[in-house]
Amino acid sequence: MTAIIRRSRAVLGPEMAGPGLALFAVVLFFGLASPQFLSRATFGSVAFQLPELGLLTLAMLLPVLTGGLNLAITFTANIAGLTLAWVLQMNGGVDAGPFAFFLGGLLAIGAGAASGVVMGLVIAYTRAHPILVSLSMMIFLRGLGEFLTRGGDVSGFPAYLAPLGHGSVLGFPVPLLVFIGCVAIWHLLLTRMKLGFNTYMIGSNIEATRYSGVNTRKVLVLVYMLSGAMCAVAGIIMLARFNSVRVGHGESYLLITVLACFLGGVNPFGGFGRVIPVFVALVVLQLLASGLNLMGANQHLATAVWGILLIAVMILRYAAGHLKLLNRKKG
Amino acid sequence: MRNAVQSHATEFALLAVIAIICLFLSIVTDRFFSLGNAFDLLNTSSVNIIFAVGLLVVLIAGGIDISFAVAASVVQYITAILLGWVGGGSWVSGLLIASGLGILLGAVNAFLIHKFRIISIVVTIATFNIYFGLLMFFSRGVSIYDLPDWLTTRIILFEHEMADGSWIEITLPVLVMLICVAATWLLITRTTTGRQLYAFGDNPEGARRFGINIGAMQFIAYGWLGLMAGIGGLIQAHYAQEVVPNALYGRELDVLAAVVLGGARLGGGKGSVLGCVLGVLLISITQNGLNLAGVSPYAFKMIVGAIILVAITLSNARIEKLLPFMRQNGGSK
Repeated sequence: MTAIIRRSRAVLGPEMAGPGLALFAVVLFFGLASPQFLSRATFGSVAFQLPELGLLTLAMLLPVLTGGLNLAITFTANIAGLTLAWVLQMNGGVDAGPFAFFLGGLLAIGAGAASGVVMGLVIAYTRAHPILVSLSMMIFLRGLGEFLTRGGDVSGFPAYLAPLGHGSVLGFPVPLLVFIGCVAIWHLLLTRMKLGFNTYMIGSNIEATRYSGVNTRKVLVLVYMLSGAMCAVAGIIMLARFNSVRVGHGESYLLITVLACFLGGVNPFGGFGRVIPVFVALVVLQLLASGLNLMGANQHLATAVWGILLIAVMILRYAAGHLKLLNRKKG
Repeated sequence: MRNAVQSHATEFALLAVIAIICLFLSIVTDRFFSLGNAFDLLNTSSVNIIFAVGLLVVLIAGGIDISFAVAASVVQYITAILLGWVGGGSWVSGLLIASGLGILLGAVNAFLIHKFRIISIVVTIATFNIYFGLLMFFSRGVSIYDLPDWLTTRIILFEHEMADGSWIEITLPVLVMLICVAATWLLITRTTTGRQLYAFGDNPEGARRFGINIGAMQFIAYGWLGLMAGIGGLIQAHYAQEVVPNALYGRELDVLAAVVLGGARLGGGKGSVLGCVLGVLLISITQNGLNLAGVSPYAFKMIVGAIILVAITLSNARIEKLLPFMRQNGGSK
């Protein structure tokens, strides 16, 4: 038995313990509490709701791994969505062709990446605190979006965009497929590429990383650029799902993405954390929301329970660390 | 004098920027440079300044708090309900209830941070979601307009008719704000506890070895912010004459930006009450000026965001060059 645990721990990594346990507990609890919970409908709704929050969480993950934070994610997504909407409107709105969408998507990702680059440059070159830099970028982008849209929403997109938000391929929702694709990219980036390695290094000790010959500034700029680009993907998916762009869409996700990262075992100081546990943590959060919904509670209660879950995991981790310490003292 | 300028570089820079903006706005608009407008500004930014000085204490102690604005909403709501139960109450009971609840919510943060060694941003993001989720769940998003008369009546402490017939007035929020600012100033500059807060924020481990009670520091810092959040919440209800559950949602980040603009450092050990007040004022003056200059209100946030971004970039770049030892633990030149 202990051998199995040790082996699974080696495969899954220590970060997996928290989210894995939480997933097990949530499925068990709601499976017993509500007969409809373990059904296609629950998992279907989770699959459709997961991607928006999930893509934004991926955007948050990279800066958190470097020991920073990107508070501008939701408004970067809004601005990217606006860029795409603008290109589509320029090309006839409802009648815009696929090429316009392609171009708009590219420009949207470019816009997201650009906001990331600005943040990355300021953070890397002035060493200002990432919370501040991304906070002021967030205020700026929110203002920019409100200025451009006058607080209203932009709608009227071609019909072929609808499947991107609502369609499914072989029973899998398209947004979910996009999200899983992005999870895979992030996983590969962090486990197989030099940039990913350097990201962890910077999060652990930026000075040591710089002395070992890594261009930390370049890495930081790239990290924030990728974060911005991922926000843009989220913005495009949000555009397709709501069939409109509105500045403030998804604003309530901002702090929940941080919560999801920490729940997924990412070290708040950076340096440690993996994509897959974060993905599992996201599934847990959405299952919790769906389960509570089935039992007659609303989204707001789910938000509160998410917060309680985060604190519970943190307390458990503290307790586990304490126990380990006690055992070591005994032995 | 030179010493004063050097040791308070941020404050003087802010004053200079505020002076330049004021000068510019008085030339561009005819309404900006008037006593009436100055008092309007004070009245409208009072609540933010109350929040800001509370947050300043937490930042000095090396923490961060995202949950205070939502905590203030919770305090508002519960206070309004409790006051309804006791049949009205008065300013004394209202302030007592609000302060007590605020301190309690702050103490929850401090307890989790201290007892379980969870870092402050994680705790406060969690409590932010817990407080807001529970508030929206139990209130069902319904606002309270049925507040006691004493709470909604505007109290004008000083009024004066200007030569052109307009009135200038100082209302209760300004007085409360001044008391909060003075109390915070006394706490952090004139008491042993204040010095200990700075020491703790600068180097927690050093402070611990020096015999400073770490737990007490956390409870004082978060309790103080809770107190300010409670008072600010009540004053906001007085000012707006209603309690809207999500009215203060999102305010925490604006206040955080203003406080840090005022020279407080994320990471602790640095910051002053004057800088913090100036930071809030700079942002309100900019918004007010843009408003008077006829700029579309939709552009306010954009311009304010850009100003903060530039200010942070410039101040960080300069401080690093001024202080070579900063480069050792942070710079990469």
